[in-house]
Amino acid sequence: MSLAVSSLTLMRSGRMIVSDLSFALTPGRATLLRGPNGVGKSTVLRAIAGLMPIASGSVVLNGTPLTDRDAFQDQVLFAGHQDALKPTLTVAENIAFWAHLFGGDVRAAMQSFQLDEIADRPAHACSAGQKRRTGLARLALAKDRPLWLLDEPTVSLDQATVERVASVIRAHCDAGGMALIATHIDLGLTDADTLTLTRPRPVTAAEETDPFMAGGWE
Amino acid sequence: MNAYSALLRRELTLALRSGGGAGLGLAFFLIVIMLIPFGVGPETPTLGLIAPGVLWVAALLACLLSLDRLFQQDAEDGTLDILALSPVPMEGLVMVKTLGHWLTTGVPLVIAAPVLGLTLNLAGPAYPWLVAALLVGTPALSALGAIGAALTVGVRRGGLLLSILVLPLYIPTLIFGAQVVSLAAKGLDPGIAMMLLTGTSLFAVAVSPFASAAALRVHLS
Amino acid sequence: MSFWEFANPVRFNRLATRTLPWLAGATALCLGIGLIWGFFFTPDDYQQGSTVKIIYIHVPSAMMAINAWFMMFATSLVWLIRRHHVSALAARAAAPIGAVMTLIALFTGAIWGQPMWGTYWEWDPRLTSFMVLFIFYLGYIALWEAIEDPDKAADLTAVLCMVGSVFAALSRWAVQFWNQGLHQGASLSLDKEENVADVFYFPLLVCLAGFVLLFVTLVVLRTRTEIRARRAMALMQREGEHSA
Repeated sequence: MSLAVSSLTLMRSGRMIVSDLSFALTPGRATLLRGPNGVGKSTVLRAIAGLMPIASGSVVLNGTPLTDRDAFQDQVLFAGHQDALKPTLTVAENIAFWAHLFGGDVRAAMQSFQLDEIADRPAHACSAGQKRRTGLARLALAKDRPLWLLDEPTVSLDQATVERVASVIRAHCDAGGMALIATHIDLGLTDADTLTLTRPRPVTAAEETDPFMAGGWE
Repeated sequence: MNAYSALLRRELTLALRSGGGAGLGLAFFLIVIMLIPFGVGPETPTLGLIAPGVLWVAALLACLLSLDRLFQQDAEDGTLDILALSPVPMEGLVMVKTLGHWLTTGVPLVIAAPVLGLTLNLAGPAYPWLVAALLVGTPALSALGAIGAALTVGVRRGGLLLSILVLPLYIPTLIFGAQVVSLAAKGLDPGIAMMLLTGTSLFAVAVSPFASAAALRVHLS
Repeated sequence: MSFWEFANPVRFNRLATRTLPWLAGATALCLGIGLIWGFFFTPDDYQQGSTVKIIYIHVPSAMMAINAWFMMFATSLVWLIRRHHVSALAARAAAPIGAVMTLIALFTGAIWGQPMWGTYWEWDPRLTSFMVLFIFYLGYIALWEAIEDPDKAADLTAVLCMVGSVFAALSRWAVQFWNQGLHQGASLSLDKEENVADVFYFPLLVCLAGFVLLFVTLVVLRTRTEIRARRAMALMQREGEHSA
């Protein structure tokens, strides 16, 4: 069980977003993805989730390459910086819908993020932190997916909830899972590895895929 | 309950909750039909003559109303990302959403149309055919609308663009659908028009998931 | 040397710059000869009088209106399959030209229709189909304009072009079912079953060639402009990156 990323290069309309990123995640460990704003943390997560095409390099999760998209994505849980909640559905209904798609126990998920008391509240009436907690409840639903990709999971959460999220992540890792978390704060995951993204190098002439930049222009 | 029925139930719940807009299409349909006599005049023979076309055009416009939110809201709140990672393929997602749109927008129009036909003095023999034609034709309106909604999902305030893209696609459905009703109103046999309408509708329903899913994938990448 | 080498924007632009003067010259020559011959050196029709001479604009523009859409269909398909940017940009470049050709065909048709049928507009299948085609052009152009990312715009407009082609054809057929029409049959067909006397036919052929050349010239010119715009955009993006 592991995630192996080697020389991952991501480009968007001819521009280099992430260049030559190589790292490996081992089971049982969380990895914090760090770096200044705009360095491509979200893009890396989206690419590993299969939501964005890869320019070059390879991503292999437990022997399944990302190119085998359906099998790969079945092992991944992605939580972007949006909560993917429907404002007119209640907290419980939102979570129940995800449970129908991904499986998992709604009641347990709600308990682990202390959502019981707001279960019947429509999402539009929730505070930003409550919405975030509801969105993160998907983590508890899809415990068995080995790779978690989390984008700024703790935005607008109070200290107590941050610790709760950290403990959910720790429990996932203790059970042999992996997590890659883009974050600016420490999360209290003291034993987590850190991966720092740096600015991408410029595109070399050889890998110039944009015909509007590549050679011959006078 | 499997993923598809969960998706469909969610679509229906979202449409029926406040702000979902399920009733809006129907209300719009009523208003357009009510405005016609003001524009054309109250002479019942004239109204009876134009009733088949007016009912179809109004149904078509009413269908357009709720289309812009078909994929846009899911794209904006991040749901589309999560759905793309779910076991449901994009084509299946489009089909369920189209079905949801038809159930909440198309079906009410089919039910209301005969009543409004009465106010427009539609000829007696046309009523069963009006219902049949709308029942067969409205799925095509939802399916073609899904293509337009998927193409414009990344466009801010794409509602107007959506209408410009979708309305021309509606032309064959409108022609055959209105022909069915007006032939029946004249006491002629609408069989051939009905078959052509059915063929057009089936074709639209078959093409839409693939075209829409392709457009949604472009949006996600 | 393979045809696909012109899928490279640099090569395409070099070729365009070299051939444009010739294309423009040939267009001017053909249109000049064809129109002058047609307008001044053909007899009046015994039924239609001098109004018949509008066919030298009407028929070629109507043909190019349809052919432009066919060209967009083909280049969109090439873009979807082979991902050649020039192909997508050529489709984009052709759309406004096709739209204008459609408009010219509609207007000249209306002007011709007034003395012939006694009305400017008739909901005849051919006229109606051209109006429908015009709306399809508008939607296609509008979608290109609305999407910021150029590659996404190319993908989505290509999907629209595929779906639109099928439904435009279906509409043409449905419209025929809807109204049988009073428009005369096609004036020109390649199988030698002519509806037009030779005196009108030859200048018409020259005009037709002129319109084809005009279309090619404009598409090449506009594609070159689109390529330069993309080049400028790419340069500006890089500029922003280095200064950041």
